[in-house]
Amino acid sequence: MVDPNWGLTAKRQRLMRRAMILAEIRAFFVTNGFLEVETPQRIPANAPELYIDPIPSGNWALLTSPELCMKRLLAADYPLIFQLCHCWRNAERGSKHLPEFTLLEWYRAHSDYHQLMLDCEHLLTRLVPSGQLNYQGYLVDITPPFERITLEQAFSNYAPLSLDQVVEQNCFEEHYGQYVEPQLGRNKPTILYDFPTSMAALARIKPKEPQHAERFELYIAGLELANAFSELNDESEQRRRFDNDEQQRRSAGKQPYPLPEPFLRELTNMPESAGIALGIDRLVMLLTDAKTIDQVVAFTPEEL
Amino acid sequence: MYSCSDLKKGLKVMIDEEPHVIVGFDFTKPGKGQALYKCKLRNMITGSLFDRTYRSGENFKPAPLEERDMQYLYKDDTGFVFMDTKTYEQISISEETLADDKYFLVDNMEVKILMFGEQGIGITLPIFVNLRVTQSDPWVKGDTAAGNNKPATVETGYNLQVPSFVDEGVLIQIDTRTGAYVTRVKE
Repeated sequence: MVDPNWGLTAKRQRLMRRAMILAEIRAFFVTNGFLEVETPQRIPANAPELYIDPIPSGNWALLTSPELCMKRLLAADYPLIFQLCHCWRNAERGSKHLPEFTLLEWYRAHSDYHQLMLDCEHLLTRLVPSGQLNYQGYLVDITPPFERITLEQAFSNYAPLSLDQVVEQNCFEEHYGQYVEPQLGRNKPTILYDFPTSMAALARIKPKEPQHAERFELYIAGLELANAFSELNDESEQRRRFDNDEQQRRSAGKQPYPLPEPFLRELTNMPESAGIALGIDRLVMLLTDAKTIDQVVAFTPEEL
Repeated sequence: MYSCSDLKKGLKVMIDEEPHVIVGFDFTKPGKGQALYKCKLRNMITGSLFDRTYRSGENFKPAPLEERDMQYLYKDDTGFVFMDTKTYEQISISEETLADDKYFLVDNMEVKILMFGEQGIGITLPIFVNLRVTQSDPWVKGDTAAGNNKPATVETGYNLQVPSFVDEGVLIQIDTRTGAYVTRVKE
Protein backbone atom coordinates (compact mmCIF):
# COMPACT_ATOMS: atom_id res chain seq x y z
CA MET A 1 0.00 0.00 0.00
CA VAL A 2 1.42 3.34 -1.09
CA ASP A 3 0.91 6.43 1.08
CA PRO A 4 -2.06 8.51 -0.11
CA ASN A 5 -1.22 11.76 -1.92
CA TRP A 6 -2.19 14.00 1.01
CA GLY A 7 -1.20 17.16 -0.88
CA LEU A 8 -3.82 16.37 -3.48
CA THR A 9 -6.41 15.51 -0.84
CA ALA A 10 -5.80 18.86 0.82
CA LYS A 11 -6.69 20.64 -2.44
CA ARG A 12 -10.19 19.17 -2.55
CA GLN A 13 -12.05 22.30 -1.36
CA ARG A 14 -10.31 24.53 -3.87
CA LEU A 15 -10.70 22.08 -6.76
CA MET A 16 -14.43 21.78 -6.02
CA ARG A 17 -14.73 25.56 -5.95
CA ARG A 18 -12.79 25.74 -9.20
CA ALA A 19 -15.30 23.46 -10.92
CA MET A 20 -18.18 25.63 -9.64
CA ILE A 21 -16.47 28.79 -10.89
CA LEU A 22 -16.06 27.29 -14.36
CA ALA A 23 -19.73 26.30 -14.42
CA GLU A 24 -20.76 29.82 -13.30
CA ILE A 25 -18.62 31.40 -16.03
CA ARG A 26 -20.21 29.21 -18.72
CA ALA A 27 -23.68 30.05 -17.41
CA PHE A 28 -22.85 33.78 -17.40
CA PHE A 29 -21.77 33.83 -21.04
CA VAL A 30 -24.52 31.59 -22.32
CA THR A 31 -27.11 33.79 -20.55
CA ASN A 32 -25.59 36.81 -22.26
CA GLY A 33 -25.91 35.29 -25.72
CA PHE A 34 -22.32 34.13 -26.21
CA LEU A 35 -21.42 31.00 -28.13
CA GLU A 36 -18.87 28.68 -26.53
CA VAL A 37 -16.28 27.68 -29.12
CA GLU A 38 -13.29 25.34 -29.20
CA THR A 39 -10.35 25.97 -31.52
CA PRO A 40 -7.21 23.85 -32.06
CA GLN A 41 -4.64 23.95 -29.28
CA ARG A 42 -1.79 22.96 -31.58
CA ILE A 43 -1.27 25.43 -34.41
CA PRO A 44 1.30 26.26 -37.13
CA ALA A 45 2.00 29.73 -35.74
CA ASN A 46 1.07 31.92 -32.78
CA ALA A 47 1.10 35.71 -33.00
CA PRO A 48 4.78 36.66 -32.73
CA GLU A 49 5.35 38.38 -29.41
CA LEU A 50 8.71 39.51 -28.14
CA TYR A 51 8.11 38.40 -24.55
CA ILE A 52 6.11 35.21 -25.05
CA ASP A 53 7.82 32.01 -26.12
CA PRO A 54 5.66 29.22 -27.49
CA ILE A 55 6.36 25.56 -26.75
CA PRO A 56 7.09 23.69 -30.00
CA SER A 57 5.00 20.63 -30.81
CA GLY A 58 6.47 18.83 -33.81
CA ASN A 59 6.83 21.46 -36.53
CA TRP A 60 3.97 23.42 -35.01
CA ALA A 61 3.47 24.98 -31.60
CA LEU A 62 1.10 24.80 -28.65
CA LEU A 63 -1.26 27.76 -28.22
CA THR A 64 0.01 30.75 -26.29
CA SER A 65 -3.53 32.19 -26.59
CA PRO A 66 -6.51 31.21 -28.76
CA GLU A 67 -6.91 34.75 -30.12
CA LEU A 68 -5.99 34.16 -33.77
CA CYS A 69 -8.64 31.51 -34.35
CA MET A 70 -11.16 33.46 -32.25
CA LYS A 71 -10.68 36.48 -34.51
CA ARG A 72 -11.13 34.34 -37.62
CA LEU A 73 -14.49 33.35 -36.15
CA LEU A 74 -15.35 37.04 -35.62
CA ALA A 75 -14.40 37.68 -39.24
CA ALA A 76 -16.80 34.92 -40.30
CA ASP A 77 -19.64 36.65 -38.44
CA TYR A 78 -19.69 34.87 -35.09
CA PRO A 79 -20.22 38.10 -33.13
CA LEU A 80 -20.27 36.89 -29.49
CA ILE A 81 -17.89 34.05 -28.64
CA PHE A 82 -16.03 32.70 -25.64
CA GLN A 83 -13.57 29.91 -25.04
CA LEU A 84 -12.11 28.20 -21.97
CA CYS A 85 -8.90 26.42 -22.86
CA HIS A 86 -5.39 25.52 -21.81
CA CYS A 87 -2.50 27.65 -23.11
CA TRP A 88 1.23 27.13 -22.94
CA ARG A 89 4.04 29.64 -22.50
CA ASN A 90 7.57 28.36 -22.28
CA ALA A 91 9.60 28.82 -19.09
CA GLU A 92 6.95 30.86 -17.27
CA ARG A 93 6.94 29.44 -13.76
CA GLY A 94 6.47 31.39 -10.56
CA SER A 95 4.05 31.79 -7.68
CA LYS A 96 1.49 33.22 -10.14
CA HIS A 97 2.63 31.51 -13.35
CA LEU A 98 2.38 28.01 -14.78
CA PRO A 99 3.77 27.09 -18.20
CA GLU A 100 0.42 25.36 -18.84
CA PHE A 101 -2.50 27.38 -17.58
CA THR A 102 -6.21 27.91 -18.19
CA LEU A 103 -7.40 30.97 -20.05
CA LEU A 104 -10.87 32.39 -20.61
CA GLU A 105 -11.17 34.57 -23.71
CA TRP A 106 -14.27 36.36 -24.91
CA TYR A 107 -14.86 38.56 -27.92
CA ARG A 108 -17.53 41.02 -28.95
CA ALA A 109 -18.00 42.22 -32.53
CA HIS A 110 -19.22 45.80 -33.11
CA SER A 111 -17.87 46.81 -29.75
CA ASP A 112 -14.83 48.29 -28.02
CA TYR A 113 -12.93 47.92 -24.75
CA HIS A 114 -15.42 50.01 -22.77
CA GLN A 115 -18.00 47.26 -23.16
CA LEU A 116 -15.46 44.68 -21.92
CA MET A 117 -14.91 46.76 -18.77
CA LEU A 118 -18.65 46.45 -18.11
CA ASP A 119 -18.48 42.70 -18.83
CA CYS A 120 -15.76 42.35 -16.18
CA GLU A 121 -17.95 44.15 -13.65
CA HIS A 122 -20.94 41.95 -14.44
CA LEU A 123 -18.96 38.70 -14.41
CA LEU A 124 -17.28 39.45 -11.07
CA THR A 125 -20.60 40.52 -9.58
CA ARG A 126 -22.04 37.15 -10.53
CA LEU A 127 -19.03 35.27 -9.13
CA VAL A 128 -18.99 37.24 -5.86
CA PRO A 129 -22.68 37.68 -4.91
CA SER A 130 -21.76 39.06 -1.47
CA GLY A 131 -19.97 41.96 -3.19
CA GLN A 132 -16.98 41.57 -0.91
CA LEU A 133 -13.78 39.60 -1.26
CA ASN A 134 -11.02 38.85 1.22
CA TYR A 135 -7.75 38.08 -0.51
CA GLN A 136 -4.52 37.67 1.48
CA GLY A 137 -5.61 40.23 4.04
CA TYR A 138 -7.06 42.73 1.55
CA LEU A 139 -10.76 43.41 1.84
CA VAL A 140 -11.94 44.34 -1.65
CA ASP A 141 -15.34 45.80 -2.51
CA ILE A 142 -16.41 44.09 -5.75
CA THR A 143 -19.55 46.13 -6.43
CA PRO A 144 -19.51 48.15 -9.70
CA PRO A 145 -18.30 50.57 -10.85
CA PHE A 146 -14.67 49.43 -10.62
CA GLU A 147 -11.90 52.01 -10.35
CA ARG A 148 -10.74 53.20 -13.79
CA ILE A 149 -7.30 54.76 -14.05
CA THR A 150 -4.89 55.28 -16.94
CA LEU A 151 -1.44 53.70 -16.87
CA GLU A 152 0.08 57.18 -16.95
CA GLN A 153 -1.97 58.27 -13.94
CA ALA A 154 -1.05 55.09 -12.03
CA PHE A 155 2.66 55.87 -12.48
CA SER A 156 2.20 59.44 -11.36
CA ASN A 157 0.20 58.25 -8.31
CA TYR A 158 2.41 55.41 -7.16
CA ALA A 159 5.88 55.45 -8.75
CA PRO A 160 8.85 57.80 -8.25
CA LEU A 161 9.29 58.19 -12.03
CA SER A 162 6.72 58.96 -14.71
CA LEU A 163 5.65 56.46 -17.37
CA ASP A 164 7.62 58.40 -20.01
CA GLN A 165 10.73 58.32 -17.84
CA VAL A 166 10.64 54.56 -17.13
CA VAL A 167 10.07 53.78 -20.81
CA GLU A 168 12.98 56.04 -21.76
CA GLN A 169 15.25 54.53 -19.07
CA ASN A 170 14.24 50.97 -20.01
CA CYS A 171 13.03 50.08 -16.53
CA PHE A 172 9.26 49.88 -17.08
CA GLU A 173 8.87 46.33 -15.74
CA GLU A 174 10.94 46.96 -12.59
CA HIS A 175 9.00 50.09 -11.60
CA TYR A 176 5.63 48.73 -12.66
CA GLY A 177 6.22 45.54 -10.65
CA GLN A 178 7.66 47.27 -7.60
CA TYR A 179 5.57 50.42 -7.22
CA VAL A 180 2.43 50.22 -9.33
CA GLU A 181 1.11 46.64 -9.36
CA PRO A 182 0.96 46.14 -5.57
CA GLN A 183 -1.27 49.24 -5.27
CA LEU A 184 -3.83 48.15 -7.86
CA GLY A 185 -7.24 46.81 -6.89
CA ARG A 186 -6.70 47.06 -3.15
CA ASN A 187 -10.04 48.59 -2.14
CA LYS A 188 -11.95 48.16 -5.39
CA PRO A 189 -10.96 46.26 -8.53
CA THR A 190 -8.84 48.49 -10.79
CA ILE A 191 -9.17 48.79 -14.53
CA LEU A 192 -5.84 50.12 -15.73
CA TYR A 193 -6.26 51.48 -19.27
CA ASP A 194 -4.52 53.13 -22.23
CA PHE A 195 -1.07 51.65 -22.68
CA PRO A 196 1.68 53.06 -24.95
CA THR A 197 1.24 51.71 -28.47
CA SER A 198 4.54 49.85 -28.14
CA MET A 199 2.96 47.69 -25.40
CA ALA A 200 -0.04 46.43 -27.33
CA ALA A 201 0.81 44.28 -30.35
CA LEU A 202 -2.76 43.47 -31.33
CA ALA A 203 -4.67 46.51 -30.06
CA ARG A 204 -6.25 49.37 -31.93
CA ILE A 205 -4.69 52.82 -31.63
CA LYS A 206 -6.91 55.24 -29.77
CA PRO A 207 -8.58 57.67 -32.16
CA LYS A 208 -7.12 61.18 -31.65
CA GLU A 209 -4.45 59.82 -29.26
CA PRO A 210 -1.91 58.09 -31.50
CA GLN A 211 0.49 57.50 -28.58
CA HIS A 212 -2.07 55.23 -26.81
CA ALA A 213 -3.52 51.85 -27.62
CA GLU A 214 -6.97 50.81 -26.41
CA ARG A 215 -5.81 48.19 -23.96
CA PHE A 216 -6.73 47.60 -20.32
CA GLU A 217 -5.74 45.26 -17.54
CA LEU A 218 -7.96 44.22 -14.64
CA TYR A 219 -6.40 44.00 -11.18
CA ILE A 220 -7.90 42.80 -7.93
CA ALA A 221 -5.86 42.88 -4.69
CA GLY A 222 -2.63 43.41 -6.64
CA LEU A 223 -3.30 40.34 -8.77
CA GLU A 224 -3.36 40.80 -12.54
CA LEU A 225 -6.43 38.99 -13.79
CA ALA A 226 -7.21 40.03 -17.36
CA ASN A 227 -5.84 41.84 -20.39
CA ALA A 228 -8.16 43.38 -22.99
CA PHE A 229 -7.99 45.20 -26.31
CA SER A 230 -10.11 47.01 -28.80
CA GLU A 231 -8.84 44.76 -31.53
CA LEU A 232 -6.79 45.96 -34.45
CA ASN A 233 -8.47 44.97 -37.72
CA ASP A 234 -6.14 46.68 -40.18
CA GLU A 235 -4.31 43.91 -42.00
CA SER A 236 -1.36 45.97 -43.24
CA GLU A 237 -0.79 47.58 -39.83
CA GLN A 238 -1.02 44.17 -38.13
CA ARG A 239 1.49 42.73 -40.62
CA ARG A 240 3.84 45.65 -40.01
CA ARG A 241 3.68 45.06 -36.22
CA PHE A 242 4.21 41.32 -36.60
CA ASP A 243 7.22 41.92 -38.89
CA ASN A 244 8.63 44.35 -36.35
CA ASP A 245 8.14 41.95 -33.41
CA GLU A 246 9.52 39.08 -35.43
CA GLN A 247 12.60 41.12 -36.31
CA GLN A 248 13.14 41.96 -32.62
CA ARG A 249 12.67 38.29 -31.68
CA ARG A 250 15.37 37.32 -34.16
CA SER A 251 17.82 39.98 -33.09
CA ALA A 252 17.28 38.80 -29.48
CA GLY A 253 18.51 35.39 -30.67
CA LYS A 254 15.08 33.74 -30.45
CA GLN A 255 13.80 31.09 -32.79
CA PRO A 256 12.36 32.50 -36.05
CA TYR A 257 8.64 32.13 -36.31
CA PRO A 258 6.33 31.89 -39.36
CA LEU A 259 3.62 34.55 -39.72
CA PRO A 260 -0.01 33.40 -39.27
CA GLU A 261 -1.01 34.09 -42.89
CA PRO A 262 -4.64 32.87 -42.87
CA PHE A 263 -5.31 35.09 -39.86
CA LEU A 264 -3.75 38.12 -41.55
CA ARG A 265 -5.70 37.44 -44.74
CA GLU A 266 -9.06 37.22 -42.99
CA LEU A 267 -8.45 40.10 -40.57
CA THR A 268 -9.79 42.52 -43.20
CA ASN A 269 -13.22 40.90 -42.78
CA MET A 270 -13.21 41.31 -39.00
CA PRO A 271 -15.64 44.01 -37.83
CA GLU A 272 -14.68 46.49 -35.10
CA SER A 273 -14.27 44.14 -32.16
CA ALA A 274 -13.00 43.84 -28.63
CA GLY A 275 -11.46 40.85 -26.90
CA ILE A 276 -10.17 39.91 -23.50
CA ALA A 277 -8.15 37.12 -21.89
CA LEU A 278 -8.72 36.29 -18.23
CA GLY A 279 -6.50 33.90 -16.27
CA ILE A 280 -8.74 31.27 -14.68
CA ASP A 281 -6.09 29.98 -12.28
CA ARG A 282 -5.56 33.49 -10.89
CA LEU A 283 -9.32 34.02 -10.64
CA VAL A 284 -9.60 30.82 -8.59
CA MET A 285 -6.67 31.97 -6.43
CA LEU A 286 -8.55 35.18 -5.74
CA LEU A 287 -11.88 33.52 -4.98
CA THR A 288 -10.34 30.85 -2.73
CA ASP A 289 -7.78 33.14 -1.05
CA ALA A 290 -4.87 31.05 -2.34
CA LYS A 291 -1.39 32.52 -2.04
CA THR A 292 0.12 30.56 -4.92
CA ILE A 293 -1.12 29.18 -8.22
CA ASP A 294 0.07 25.73 -7.13
CA GLN A 295 -2.82 25.58 -4.66
CA VAL A 296 -5.55 25.84 -7.32
CA VAL A 297 -4.45 23.20 -9.83
CA ALA A 298 -4.52 19.45 -9.21
CA PHE A 299 -0.96 19.00 -10.48
CA THR A 300 1.95 21.36 -11.06
CA PRO A 301 4.59 20.41 -13.67
CA GLU A 302 6.98 19.52 -10.84
CA GLU A 303 4.54 16.91 -9.53
CA LEU A 304 4.25 14.98 -12.81
CA MET B 1 26.66 28.85 -17.46
CA TYR B 2 23.12 29.16 -16.17
CA SER B 3 20.54 31.47 -17.74
CA CYS B 4 17.63 33.10 -15.92
CA SER B 5 15.31 30.22 -16.78
CA ASP B 6 17.58 27.87 -14.79
CA LEU B 7 17.18 29.91 -11.59
CA LYS B 8 15.36 28.11 -8.80
CA LYS B 9 15.49 27.59 -5.05
CA GLY B 10 18.63 25.78 -3.97
CA LEU B 11 20.73 26.65 -7.04
CA LYS B 12 24.26 27.78 -6.20
CA VAL B 13 25.68 30.51 -8.41
CA MET B 14 28.58 32.95 -8.46
CA ILE B 15 27.62 36.58 -7.85
CA ASP B 16 30.26 39.30 -7.45
CA GLU B 17 32.93 36.55 -7.38
CA GLU B 18 31.42 34.82 -4.35
CA PRO B 19 29.24 31.72 -4.07
CA HIS B 20 25.56 32.34 -3.33
CA VAL B 21 22.63 30.03 -2.83
CA ILE B 22 19.12 31.00 -3.99
CA VAL B 23 16.85 30.67 -0.95
CA GLY B 24 13.76 32.32 -2.45
CA PHE B 25 12.67 32.65 -6.07
CA ASP B 26 9.77 34.02 -8.09
CA PHE B 27 9.09 34.60 -11.76
CA THR B 28 7.06 37.70 -12.65
CA LYS B 29 6.05 39.44 -15.86
CA PRO B 30 4.80 42.89 -14.90
CA GLY B 31 2.51 44.42 -17.51
CA LYS B 32 3.12 41.53 -19.93
CA GLY B 33 6.58 42.95 -20.62
CA GLN B 34 9.96 41.40 -20.03
CA ALA B 35 10.19 38.62 -17.49
CA LEU B 36 11.75 39.53 -14.16
CA TYR B 37 13.37 36.89 -11.96
CA LYS B 38 13.21 37.85 -8.28
CA CYS B 39 15.77 36.09 -6.12
CA LYS B 40 16.46 36.02 -2.41
CA LEU B 41 20.13 35.14 -2.15
CA ARG B 42 22.36 34.03 0.67
CA ASN B 43 26.08 34.65 0.48
CA MET B 44 27.56 31.26 1.33
CA ILE B 45 30.68 32.79 2.89
CA THR B 46 29.27 35.64 4.95
CA GLY B 47 25.74 34.26 5.34
CA SER B 48 24.21 37.65 4.49
CA LEU B 49 20.75 37.64 2.87
CA PHE B 50 19.60 40.06 0.18
CA ASP B 51 17.10 40.43 -2.68
CA ARG B 52 18.04 40.91 -6.29
CA THR B 53 15.97 41.00 -9.48
CA TYR B 54 17.32 39.83 -12.82
CA ARG B 55 16.07 40.25 -16.39
CA SER B 56 16.15 37.49 -18.96
CA GLY B 57 19.39 37.54 -20.90
CA GLU B 58 21.62 37.54 -17.82
CA ASN B 59 23.95 34.62 -17.23
CA PHE B 60 25.33 33.03 -14.09
CA LYS B 61 28.41 30.94 -13.45
CA PRO B 62 27.80 27.85 -11.33
CA ALA B 63 29.54 28.17 -7.96
CA PRO B 64 32.60 25.87 -8.00
CA LEU B 65 31.91 23.99 -4.78
CA GLU B 66 33.20 20.62 -3.70
CA GLU B 67 32.37 18.48 -0.69
CA ARG B 68 35.32 16.70 0.93
CA ASP B 69 35.46 14.03 3.65
CA MET B 70 37.42 15.35 6.62
CA GLN B 71 38.18 14.57 10.23
CA TYR B 72 37.99 17.13 13.04
CA LEU B 73 41.38 17.43 14.81
CA TYR B 74 41.51 20.31 17.28
CA LYS B 75 40.83 23.98 17.88
CA ASP B 76 43.63 26.58 17.83
CA ASP B 77 44.04 30.36 17.34
CA THR B 78 43.16 30.11 13.63
CA GLY B 79 39.89 28.30 14.32
CA PHE B 80 38.79 24.69 14.02
CA VAL B 81 41.28 22.43 12.23
CA PHE B 82 40.18 19.59 9.96
CA MET B 83 42.16 17.02 7.96
CA ASP B 84 41.22 15.64 4.56
CA THR B 85 40.98 11.87 5.10
CA LYS B 86 42.33 11.13 1.60
CA THR B 87 45.09 13.73 1.09
CA TYR B 88 45.87 14.42 4.80
CA GLU B 89 45.82 18.11 3.91
CA GLN B 90 44.76 20.31 6.84
CA ILE B 91 42.47 23.33 6.74
CA SER B 92 41.13 25.69 9.35
CA ILE B 93 37.59 27.05 9.56
CA SER B 94 36.64 30.10 11.60
CA GLU B 95 34.22 30.07 14.50
CA GLU B 96 31.84 32.46 12.69
CA THR B 97 31.58 30.15 9.68
CA LEU B 98 30.74 27.14 11.82
CA ALA B 99 28.25 29.07 13.96
CA ASP B 100 26.32 26.67 16.24
CA ASP B 101 27.80 23.62 14.52
CA LYS B 102 30.98 24.24 16.52
CA TYR B 103 29.19 22.92 19.62
CA PHE B 104 28.74 19.49 18.08
CA LEU B 105 32.36 18.79 17.11
CA VAL B 106 34.05 15.92 18.90
CA ASP B 107 37.73 14.98 18.41
CA ASN B 108 38.25 12.69 15.38
CA MET B 109 34.63 13.15 14.23
CA GLU B 110 34.16 12.46 10.50
CA VAL B 111 32.39 15.31 8.71
CA LYS B 112 31.87 16.64 5.21
CA ILE B 113 33.36 20.06 4.49
CA LEU B 114 32.00 22.26 1.69
CA MET B 115 34.99 23.79 -0.08
CA PHE B 116 35.01 26.94 -2.24
CA GLY B 117 38.47 26.71 -3.78
CA GLU B 118 40.81 26.29 -0.79
CA GLN B 119 38.33 27.81 1.62
CA GLY B 120 36.07 25.72 3.85
CA ILE B 121 32.68 27.46 3.91
CA GLY B 122 30.30 24.90 5.36
CA ILE B 123 30.07 21.67 7.28
CA THR B 124 27.77 18.65 7.29
CA LEU B 125 27.83 16.89 10.64
CA PRO B 126 26.71 13.37 11.49
CA ILE B 127 23.00 13.54 12.37
CA PHE B 128 23.60 12.43 15.97
CA VAL B 129 26.40 13.30 18.35
CA ASN B 130 26.99 12.08 21.91
CA LEU B 131 28.04 14.73 24.46
CA ARG B 132 28.44 14.62 28.25
CA VAL B 133 26.35 16.86 30.50
CA THR B 134 28.74 19.04 32.52
CA GLN B 135 26.24 21.17 34.36
CA SER B 136 22.57 20.76 35.19
CA ASP B 137 20.78 21.65 38.39
CA PRO B 138 18.57 18.97 39.88
CA TRP B 139 14.93 19.32 38.93
CA VAL B 140 12.82 20.96 41.63
CA LYS B 141 9.72 18.90 42.19
CA GLY B 142 6.61 20.93 41.55
CA ASP B 143 8.28 23.28 39.05
CA THR B 144 5.79 22.78 36.27
CA ALA B 145 6.50 26.04 34.46
CA ALA B 146 8.95 24.37 32.11
CA GLY B 147 7.03 21.11 31.88
CA ASN B 148 9.29 18.20 32.73
CA ASN B 149 12.37 19.81 31.18
CA LYS B 150 15.28 21.70 32.71
CA PRO B 151 18.30 23.53 31.29
CA ALA B 152 21.65 21.75 30.89
CA THR B 153 25.13 22.51 29.55
CA VAL B 154 27.26 19.93 27.74
CA GLU B 155 31.07 19.60 27.50
CA THR B 156 31.32 21.84 24.40
CA GLY B 157 29.53 24.72 26.16
CA TYR B 158 26.22 24.17 24.36
CA ASN B 159 23.03 24.84 26.32
CA LEU B 160 19.83 22.89 25.77
CA GLN B 161 16.69 21.57 27.49
CA VAL B 162 16.83 18.02 28.83
CA PRO B 163 14.28 15.86 30.68
CA SER B 164 14.27 16.21 34.46
CA PHE B 165 15.88 12.77 34.99
CA VAL B 166 19.12 13.67 33.18
CA ASP B 167 21.87 14.30 35.74
CA GLU B 168 25.32 15.85 35.52
CA GLY B 169 27.94 13.49 34.08
CA VAL B 170 25.45 11.58 31.93
CA LEU B 171 26.18 11.04 28.22
CA ILE B 172 23.31 12.21 25.98
CA GLN B 173 22.57 12.06 22.28
CA ILE B 174 21.77 15.32 20.44
CA ASP B 175 20.26 15.76 16.96
CA THR B 176 22.70 18.11 15.20
CA ARG B 177 20.05 19.31 12.71
CA THR B 178 17.79 20.72 15.42
CA GLY B 179 20.15 20.91 18.39
CA ALA B 180 17.57 19.04 20.48
CA TYR B 181 18.00 16.26 23.08
CA VAL B 182 17.26 12.78 21.74
CA THR B 183 18.04 10.19 24.42
CA ARG B 184 20.38 9.10 27.22
CA VAL B 185 23.28 6.94 26.05
CA LYS B 186 24.01 3.72 27.95
CA GLU B 187 27.72 3.29 28.73
